[in-house]
Amino acid sequence: MAFVTLQNVTYKYPLTEKPVLQNINLQIQEGEFVSVIGPNGAGKSTLCYALAGFVPHFFKGEISGEIEVDGKLSSKSTLDTWVLNVGLAFQNPFNQISGAKYTVFEEIAFGLENIGVPRDEMKKRVEDAMSLTGISELADRSPYSLSGGQQQRVALTSILVMRPRLLVLDEPTSQMDPIGTREVFGVVRKMAEEGMTVVMVEHKVEWIAEFADRVIALKEGQILMEGKPNEVLTSDLLTENGFGVSRYTSTAREAKKQGLWKKQNLPVTLDEAVEGFKK
Amino acid sequence: MNININNLRFTYPTGLEALKGINLTIDSGEQVAIVGQNGAGKTTLVRHFNGLLKPTTGSVSIGDWETTKHSTAKLASRVGYVFQNPDEQLFSRDVLTEVSFGPKNLGYAKEKIDELVKRALSLTELNDKTETNPYDLSPTWRKMVALASIIAMDTPSVIFDEPTTGQDAVNVGRIAHVIAELKKEGKTVITITHDIDFCAENFERVIALAKGQVLLDGAAREVLGQEEILAQTYVDPPQLTRLGKRLGLKETVTRQEEFISAIARRA
Repeated sequence: MAFVTLQNVTYKYPLTEKPVLQNINLQIQEGEFVSVIGPNGAGKSTLCYALAGFVPHFFKGEISGEIEVDGKLSSKSTLDTWVLNVGLAFQNPFNQISGAKYTVFEEIAFGLENIGVPRDEMKKRVEDAMSLTGISELADRSPYSLSGGQQQRVALTSILVMRPRLLVLDEPTSQMDPIGTREVFGVVRKMAEEGMTVVMVEHKVEWIAEFADRVIALKEGQILMEGKPNEVLTSDLLTENGFGVSRYTSTAREAKKQGLWKKQNLPVTLDEAVEGFKK
Repeated sequence: MNININNLRFTYPTGLEALKGINLTIDSGEQVAIVGQNGAGKTTLVRHFNGLLKPTTGSVSIGDWETTKHSTAKLASRVGYVFQNPDEQLFSRDVLTEVSFGPKNLGYAKEKIDELVKRALSLTELNDKTETNPYDLSPTWRKMVALASIIAMDTPSVIFDEPTTGQDAVNVGRIAHVIAELKKEGKTVITITHDIDFCAENFERVIALAKGQVLLDGAAREVLGQEEILAQTYVDPPQLTRLGKRLGLKETVTRQEEFISAIARRA
């Protein structure tokens, strides 16, 4: 049985006229790493909120269909229990940081404090999580004194430390430097290997192709396409619908017109591009 | 109007030394990208250009104005700064008021204000949103409002702090178009970015910062080809540069047309 199931989910925020999610059907297996792509306004963040229970429990509005995670229905649950299973890292880390803590270390411990984890275990879990995401040296800094990308790592770490069964990440690398971005994808892949189920909204196609198991392309609240990263990310349908593609894909598509790309399939990753362009 | 930075050092009140001796000259009309690791000092550096931060030691001059001798309000007539997070910048009840605020404060004549606001709104494709409250717009469009409100000030230099963060392909295209238009008008554009492909496609000069110092500074192609040095500040070369290297192309390529002609020559 799928770990996450969305069945005919349609959702409208309280003050909007049009549904932001329309008839979404989706199944995600335990330990699967799914990436969600789509233009701005496609409903990506709303999908994250729906998985994390904020839609509809916090935002209210009108929802139909069912969201099920680990055999429990969102409609029959309350947010305080739902969040024990599902962790969400917000798109904008400024909105996530509690404002109640003086140091990064305390900020990351905040969630664990709230669920009453014993002190020694808490300390160890915070240290392990910070080392995993490479922010140990920021432990004593104030969360507000950090750069955008550093804050984003803190926001991610404060969710990872909770060890949710389902990890939902809304553009977790948007403000990160390039190599840091790749590292975060690597950390998330590792979490999935260890059995955590991951849904990650991202624009960085090259790394999605390297690290994710499956891609869901969302447009105007509906699933436009889903499948293996290479299939989805090289599809003409994406380009026609204003989705971003990797430079390897767009360049090979152009080269193909000039007879300089001979393969049937277009590349998404560096290795695929090297393979196709080498003499 | 050149921007001159001499031995700039800056220490935050917490004791963190964010800039450790920066020397740079940015000429009038240059298109410069600043890249580098999170926490390298990129935002700290550009916040010196409009006087939001003042040097601990050393100096920053915008034309003949040294930033310590002028208020940020006054420096705002020479340097426009678009914040990384539009929510830190926007405060008006509708888009038109927001975009008009800057040029009004600079004391331009009414006709000039109207003309500048109109141009900024059309460049950022906000014409149909002038009466909307910025906070009712999606984050994407809020970003465009933040851009428009600075462009409307018609300053000789404009700074964009991570303009493409969280933007989709269509909007990144819009932002690239805005930068190209500003270039045509002879403006200096300084942009902090982590999007190295965007950087390669839109900027002539790239400065890589690392731990509060300049690691590399030069023509985009020269800087972006230095894979090992860039890695010190957590930056990868552009996708096509990496591909060209792996394929053993002799020259460094950064853009699609260069890559394809290099492949065509090889074939």
